Amino acid sequence: DGSLLFQQVPMVEIDGMKLVQTRAIMNYIAAKYNLCGKDLKERALIDMYVEGLFDLNELLLKYEFLPADQKVPHFANMMDKAENRYFPVFEKVLKDHGKDFLVGNQLSRADVQLLEVILMAEEYKPDILAKFPLLQSFKARISAIPNIKKFLQPGSQRKPRTTEEDIAKALKIFR
Amino acid sequence: MSGKPKLHYFNGRGRMEPIRWLLAAAGVEFDECFIEKKEDLTKLQNDGSLLFQQVPMVEIDGMKLVQTRAIMNYIAAKYNLCGKDLKERALIDMYVEGLFDLNELLMTYEILPADKKVQHFANMMDKAENRYFPVFEKVLKDHAKDFLVGNQLSRADVQLLEVILMADEYKPDMFSKFPFLQSFKARISAMPNIKKFLQPGSQRKPPSDDEVVDKVMKIFY
Repeated sequence: DGSLLFQQVPMVEIDGMKLVQTRAIMNYIAAKYNLCGKDLKERALIDMYVEGLFDLNELLLKYEFLPADQKVPHFANMMDKAENRYFPVFEKVLKDHGKDFLVGNQLSRADVQLLEVILMAEEYKPDILAKFPLLQSFKARISAIPNIKKFLQPGSQRKPRTTEEDIAKALKIFR
Repeated sequence: MSGKPKLHYFNGRGRMEPIRWLLAAAGVEFDECFIEKKEDLTKLQNDGSLLFQQVPMVEIDGMKLVQTRAIMNYIAAKYNLCGKDLKERALIDMYVEGLFDLNELLMTYEILPADKKVQHFANMMDKAENRYFPVFEKVLKDHAKDFLVGNQLSRADVQLLEVILMADEYKPDMFSKFPFLQSFKARISAMPNIKKFLQPGSQRKPPSDDEVVDKVMKIFY
């Protein structure tokens, strides 16, 4: 019925628009609710962090849908990237400025997305933050923020890790 | 101020080309530092210039920006190419993201092994003709204005022209079905900054030939 600009989901109906494309949707929400920093340079930092996190998120998301024979090498690659490419960057950012949030000493979309990815990575490897003490305290600190704490409680709209059943359903819908 | 932006990438289109287009459309002169061999990339990685060990990287306003979208968001916002308010920006972002998806298909085609090329070509042409270009044809037809959003040039117009020209290189007759895209192409190409970028001798890169693909494989894989 013409609701999907490029025939794809996600789609979010918001403020009279039918928005598609994950980044377009997130850019709108982040800007509307002041989660992109206070100026262009802060936003550039936030965007870099967010884009790196999207890349890691892509690896984690993709894993669930791979056939069994491709899962093992992919798992090794995604854990390697998490531990050696992405998490060290954020550990260093927090260490260098010693502040509570990644950018500009206030909550931004980068903090939210980093927490999400940390929690997802931990589902695959619970001790993945062993080498990252600042990410551990970041995780605790951001999880304690009221809105986030609420979202992390049972009964919220946060979705659990994709099950085999979900995957089978998704493949029927999208392929 | 730190002078002209400096682009770090190999001498080819890849993921840097939309950035070159955007800078050119904004009338911003830039310098390029080409990665010719693996050692050039390793050097950048080792001196901490690449946040996630990857290029594109653009030195601009005292920052070393990485990630194509982060770079383009900064340039577009700085030079007023993202619309006049949040809602215009949302439209522009949707169009731009769709175009990134199509660009990804066109870009990966070049580096595929021969046995995968045929199927990929069919898929990318199908997506171009049936998923993406009809959307932009309809947008232009419905509002009958010169630009995609808000009656002024935005990054969406620049990126659409770039993708039209790339698709043209593969299948010139594709646009016979899209008269509004044809006039859009002519109109945007005639804008002074764009026209200059389309002339021989500009920093616009040609399609990658076997030599470039070979070099890319050696640097990155």
